[in-house]
Amino acid sequence: MFGLKQKDATLFLVVVAITALAPFLLNPFPENSELAQFNAGYPDLMQRFMIFGIFAIGFNILFGLTGYLSFGHAAFLGVGSYAGVWMLKLLSMNIIPAIIVSVVVAGVFSLIVGYISLRRSGIYFSILTLAFAQMSFALAYSVLTPITGGETGLQLALDDPRIFGVAQTADGSIPLTNFFGLEMRDGIEIAAGPWLFTLNVGYYLSAIVMLASFYVAIRIFRSPFGMMLKAVKSNQQRMNYTGINPKPYTLAAFVISGMYAGLAGGLMVAMDPLAGAERMQWTASGEVVLMTILGGAGTLVGPLLGAGVIKYFENIFSKINDNILYEWFSFMPGGLQDFFVTIIYPFIGKGWHLTLGIMFMLVVIFLPGGIVEGGKRLGRLFSRKKAEGGGSDATPAASPAE
Amino acid sequence: MGILEVKGVNKNFGGLKALDDVNLDVQEGTVHAIIGPNGAGKSTLLNALIAKLEPDTGTISFNGKSLLGLQAHEINQIGVCRVFQTPEIFPDLSVLDNVMIPAFAKHQGSFRLNPFAAVDADAEVTERAHEVLEDVGLTPRKDFEAGSLSRGDKRRLELAMALAQDPKLLLLDEPTAGMSRADTNNTISLLKHIGETRGITKVVIEHDMHVVFSLADTISVMAQGHVIVEGKPEEIKGNPKVQDAYLGGAHL
Repeated sequence: MFGLKQKDATLFLVVVAITALAPFLLNPFPENSELAQFNAGYPDLMQRFMIFGIFAIGFNILFGLTGYLSFGHAAFLGVGSYAGVWMLKLLSMNIIPAIIVSVVVAGVFSLIVGYISLRRSGIYFSILTLAFAQMSFALAYSVLTPITGGETGLQLALDDPRIFGVAQTADGSIPLTNFFGLEMRDGIEIAAGPWLFTLNVGYYLSAIVMLASFYVAIRIFRSPFGMMLKAVKSNQQRMNYTGINPKPYTLAAFVISGMYAGLAGGLMVAMDPLAGAERMQWTASGEVVLMTILGGAGTLVGPLLGAGVIKYFENIFSKINDNILYEWFSFMPGGLQDFFVTIIYPFIGKGWHLTLGIMFMLVVIFLPGGIVEGGKRLGRLFSRKKAEGGGSDATPAASPAE
Repeated sequence: MGILEVKGVNKNFGGLKALDDVNLDVQEGTVHAIIGPNGAGKSTLLNALIAKLEPDTGTISFNGKSLLGLQAHEINQIGVCRVFQTPEIFPDLSVLDNVMIPAFAKHQGSFRLNPFAAVDADAEVTERAHEVLEDVGLTPRKDFEAGSLSRGDKRRLELAMALAQDPKLLLLDEPTAGMSRADTNNTISLLKHIGETRGITKVVIEHDMHVVFSLADTISVMAQGHVIVEGKPEEIKGNPKVQDAYLGGAHL
């Protein structure tokens, strides 16, 4: 199906179904209940799931397949964002040219950075990419202010010289980003009893782009090209003596993942047309590394899961403050309530990084294959139980590396 | 003129003469064994042949084309293929993938950007990969992770990887080192079989005289970086120089 093997096609369809139903699945709690703050089914966050999902899928093509750990991929996302905003400013509020230009510009930039950085491998490669990204960040913040908007970031203005379209709408405001007239902010709200679901144009557009990216990634994983990338990770030296030149393969993987980052950046400005230098900072590069490892580097869905988990934590956990905690523990007597709130407080709200850090350490130590490996282990546990009970032949075969 | 010609090759490591004016003329379709005590420069010579190291002086040519200045993958692409002494495989990939990679290398060159092709779309490559696995008897293990194979199986896999490329010249570095007598005999008959069916020229480095004398058409004996004697097996067997070099006079 779709040129995929049965197993991959099933996986792809499951991901399609989940993304299509996400506005419902992520809003399991009624609108006015106490638990409503755990709902993630609002457009802004769901768009971020998709965008960072794309970013991580692309990063995984480089890191997961070839093992080259780039610490500068946020630079490509940032460059893509700037290029996208400029297209919105100069050309049209239609997001398609903006996204295409984002991808192309990020691709060219990653070709330059990759060509130089890939002269080294291992830690030196990582440091080179980090250096490039930090240089880009510093430049965007200072010298390149005319292009990047410096500290304030690059935004749309009321006097943008837009070639196709108007600088201002009739009521004097900045026009909205659209897909051939369909505005990203549009959507319908469905009230089902106490539940409220939002079906948003921007989300579904991001979802389609994410699914396309995911599909391309599956094809790459299963192609001879992907096999060569896995061989780079496994034993790069050996490739030379097998008649293969590993350099163009790693460079191609680098550029492809840079283009994915540019696509994520372009989509970001399509949803919210502004770009800032902080998008290129090393913390942003580190975040995509975390996403990929947390979900499972080198696996197909891992990066998506990792991106989802981290963005959920960032947006939901960070919103819980001590007042909410006091409410939760209000059933306890005063002293005990204070005690529990004091214990838990550092892990939530502004301290969500602490929770994320602990979770990351636990995963790396106990589940080096990330969430995906956790799922597989659970699956094996269940199939073994079934085998013991029903006597079906569940052989945990030594499976080739995915 | 031979398929492989090495002329006046020198290589110094500091003060050590690893290769001292080495000359070698390997005839097409033959098995040319290089023997000699440890440190004689046999592996260094193979390294020089596949651009793993660069000789200080001298020429190396294959089918009349100089190999010096070429990169390792380019040398491989023109048909010179090496089987390593310690198995060099892709340990994280499946056994089948390990032979698919050289089969692709043979078929699509040193680089091809085909991210949308299916791995098994090219029937010729897939067939070739299965064929060489069958040749070395690893078909039952094709879905195993290569790193999980036993040492003997890893060496057979290496041989299969080389065969998947259908090389013109195969360089074998102690193909039977550390193998049991039974495995050694299997390897000998496998190498003979390959020689007969595919007509691959082979250069074999070997310590096991049983292997050398059952395979080789020509033998070069190296000592201290120098080729001291070259000749047919029967000429080498009784040569006093060889016995001196090896065991200080004891009989082989």
